[in-house]
Amino acid sequence: MSILVDKNTRLIVQGITGRDGAFHAKAMKEYGTQVVGGVTPGKGGQFVEGLPVFDSVEDAVKKTGANASIIFVPASFATDAMYECVASGLDLVVCISEGMPTMDMVKVLDYAKGTKTRILGPNCPGVISPGRAKVGIMPAASFKPGCVGVVSRSGTLTYEVASQTAEFGQSTVVGIGGDPVIGTNFIDCLKMFNADLETKAIVVVGEIGGTDEERAAEWVKANCRKPVLGFIAGQTAPPGKRMGHAGAIISGGSGTAPEKVKAFEAAGITVVYEPAEIGPKLKARL
Amino acid sequence: MKIHEYQAKEIFVAYGIPVPRERVASKPAEAAALARELGMQVVIKAQVLVGGRGKAGGVKKVESPDQVEAVAGSILGMDIKGLKVNKVLVSECVDIKGETYVGIIVDRATRAPVLMASSAGGVEIEEVARTTPEKILKVPIDPAAGLLGFQARNVGMALYGDAKLARAFAGIAQKLYRIFVEKDCSLIEINPLVKLGDGSLLALDAKINFDDNADFRHKEWEEMRDLSAEEPTEVEAKAAGLTYIKLSGNVGCVVNGAGLAMATMDLIKRYGGEPANFLDVGGSSSPEKMVTAMRIILSDPNVKAILINIFGGITRCDDIATGLLQAQKQADIKVPLIARLTGTNAEKAREILKGSAVTPADTMADAVKKAVALAGGAK
Repeated sequence: MSILVDKNTRLIVQGITGRDGAFHAKAMKEYGTQVVGGVTPGKGGQFVEGLPVFDSVEDAVKKTGANASIIFVPASFATDAMYECVASGLDLVVCISEGMPTMDMVKVLDYAKGTKTRILGPNCPGVISPGRAKVGIMPAASFKPGCVGVVSRSGTLTYEVASQTAEFGQSTVVGIGGDPVIGTNFIDCLKMFNADLETKAIVVVGEIGGTDEERAAEWVKANCRKPVLGFIAGQTAPPGKRMGHAGAIISGGSGTAPEKVKAFEAAGITVVYEPAEIGPKLKARL
Repeated sequence: MKIHEYQAKEIFVAYGIPVPRERVASKPAEAAALARELGMQVVIKAQVLVGGRGKAGGVKKVESPDQVEAVAGSILGMDIKGLKVNKVLVSECVDIKGETYVGIIVDRATRAPVLMASSAGGVEIEEVARTTPEKILKVPIDPAAGLLGFQARNVGMALYGDAKLARAFAGIAQKLYRIFVEKDCSLIEINPLVKLGDGSLLALDAKINFDDNADFRHKEWEEMRDLSAEEPTEVEAKAAGLTYIKLSGNVGCVVNGAGLAMATMDLIKRYGGEPANFLDVGGSSSPEKMVTAMRIILSDPNVKAILINIFGGITRCDDIATGLLQAQKQADIKVPLIARLTGTNAEKAREILKGSAVTPADTMADAVKKAVALAGGAK
C-alpha cells in the first residue's frame, strides 16, 4: 500500500507542451507512472513524448479515463486549471506551479470543498510512492520503496530528508507546498499514513511560519499510533519581515522554530536538528 | 509588498472610506504651505515602511502654524529602524472620542479571509493580541459570498453598542473587504479607526500590504514601490528571479528551495559558522541566474567562502555548474567555492566542474563543514 498515488493512478499533465511539463511528463512516464495524456487548451490533437494532448480536462478524462492531474502552467493560469480538474471530478490534483495569489487558492479550495477532488500544493514538488508512481518533479533516484512516510512543506529539503531514510525506504513521500494556503496539510497526510499498513514510521518536515506544525503535533499526540520524527527548517532565520500587525494577531505570536520544536516534543515526536540525524533516530524508533 | 500610509489612503478615498483632510510633502516648506492651505491645526506623520514610527518620534502634533516647517524638517530625513523618512503626511488634527482596530487577513488554518476588530485599538494592538486575545473579535468571511452586511453590523454592535455606529462600521468594513479582494492585499488595516465628536468614523491610519504573488495582474504596483526602503541587492535578486536576504555572517550560500536554504543556514550555524545570506535560486534555474546569484553574494565584503547546495528536481545541476564556471570567468572570484550538487543531472555537473577550482562535497554536512572551515573556521 501507499497513500495518494499508486499503480492505479491515471495521470494527465496540464501544460504538457511547455518545457517543464514535457520534461517531467517524460520523467514520470519513464518512472512507471501511468501517464495517459496531457492538456493544453488550443493544442489538442498534438502528441508530446508519445502522449495525446487534449484541449480540455473533461475531454482528456472522457478519452483516457484519467483520475489525476499534475499542473505545470504559469500561476496566472493555474487557478483555472485547478477549477477545471474539480469540475471534471478528478480524485487528485497536484499543483506544481509557484507564485499563486493567496486569494486565488482560497477561492479554488472553497470551490473544491465537498467534492471528491483533493488538491495537493500549490508550489510543491508533488508526491511519490517509490516503485509505483511518481506524480511530481522529484529526482527519482533519491527514493526507494520501503516503510517510511514523509510529509514536508518544503521542496528540495524533502529530497534531502528522503535520501536520509534510504536504509528503510519510503511508502510515500508527499510535498504539501510552502504557501500560506494549501490544499492538503500535515494532518491530512498524517491521517492517511496512520491508516496505511505499509507505513511504519512518519517523518514530518516543517518550516517556520504559521501553526500547521503545532496543530499536526496535537493530532499526533491524540491519534497517531506510529513513531513520528520531526524536523523544522529555519532555526536561524531572522524574524519575518513580512509580518504585519494582522499576521501577528492571527498567529497569536506563534510560528517560530523553538515553539514548533516544543510542540513536537510535547507530542512525543522525536525532533531531529539536522538531516544526517534522521537515519540513526529512525533506527532507534523502529 | 508594503505601501505607505498616504498611498493606502489614496485607495481608501477611491473606495469611499473617510480619511482626514491631509496631503503628502517631501520638503519642509512644502509641508508648511500644505498646512496653510488646510488652515487648521495639523499632525506631521513620517511616511516609512516600518511599524513603531510614533514611538520613534516620527509623528508630531504641531502646536502653532509657524512651527510646521521646523517640525516637518525634524521628521524628514529621520532614521526610523534603519529606514530614512523621505515624505511626511500633513494631516488635520481631529477630535478623537474613541479608537478601534479593524483589519483583514487570510487565516491560514481555516483557509479563508477573516475580519478582525477590537475596541482596544491603537499602538498596542500586538500586545493586546498576545496577552488578551479574547479582546480581538474574529469573523470568518465566506470566499464566495464575501463579507456579509449582517456580519459586519454584528461586529460593529459589539464594538460600539450603537446601531448607527454599527452601520457606519459595516460600511467601512465591507469597503475594506472589497479593497482586500480587488487589490490583492495580504493585509489591510485601520489602526486606529476613530470615532469623532460628531459621531462619525474616520480612518486615522491605513496599512496595506499587497500579495506579491499577484503582481502579474497589478502593473500599477511598480510605480507605487518605494525602492529606497529596500536593500538594493534584494531588489536586483528579485528582478533575476532569485530570493536573497542579506545576513551578517561570512559564509555565502546558494541553495535551491527555501526550505533547503533555511536548513543549510541552520547547519552552518550548528557547525559554528555564520551564514552571510539566504539565497534561493528557485526552480527552472538557468546559468545566467547563477551568474547573478554569485555577483550579488560577492557584493557583500564579509563573504569569505561560498557554499552551493543544490538538490536537483526542476533545477538541473548541469545548469548550476555551467553558471558557476561562467561566474568564475566573469568575476575572477577570489573566495573558495564549495559545491554539493545532487539530483537531476548531477553526473553531468560533476563532469563540467572536473578540473575547476570548485571544492566538491558529497553530502550537505560535508559541504557545510568544508565551507565553515574555508571561511576561517568555527567560532
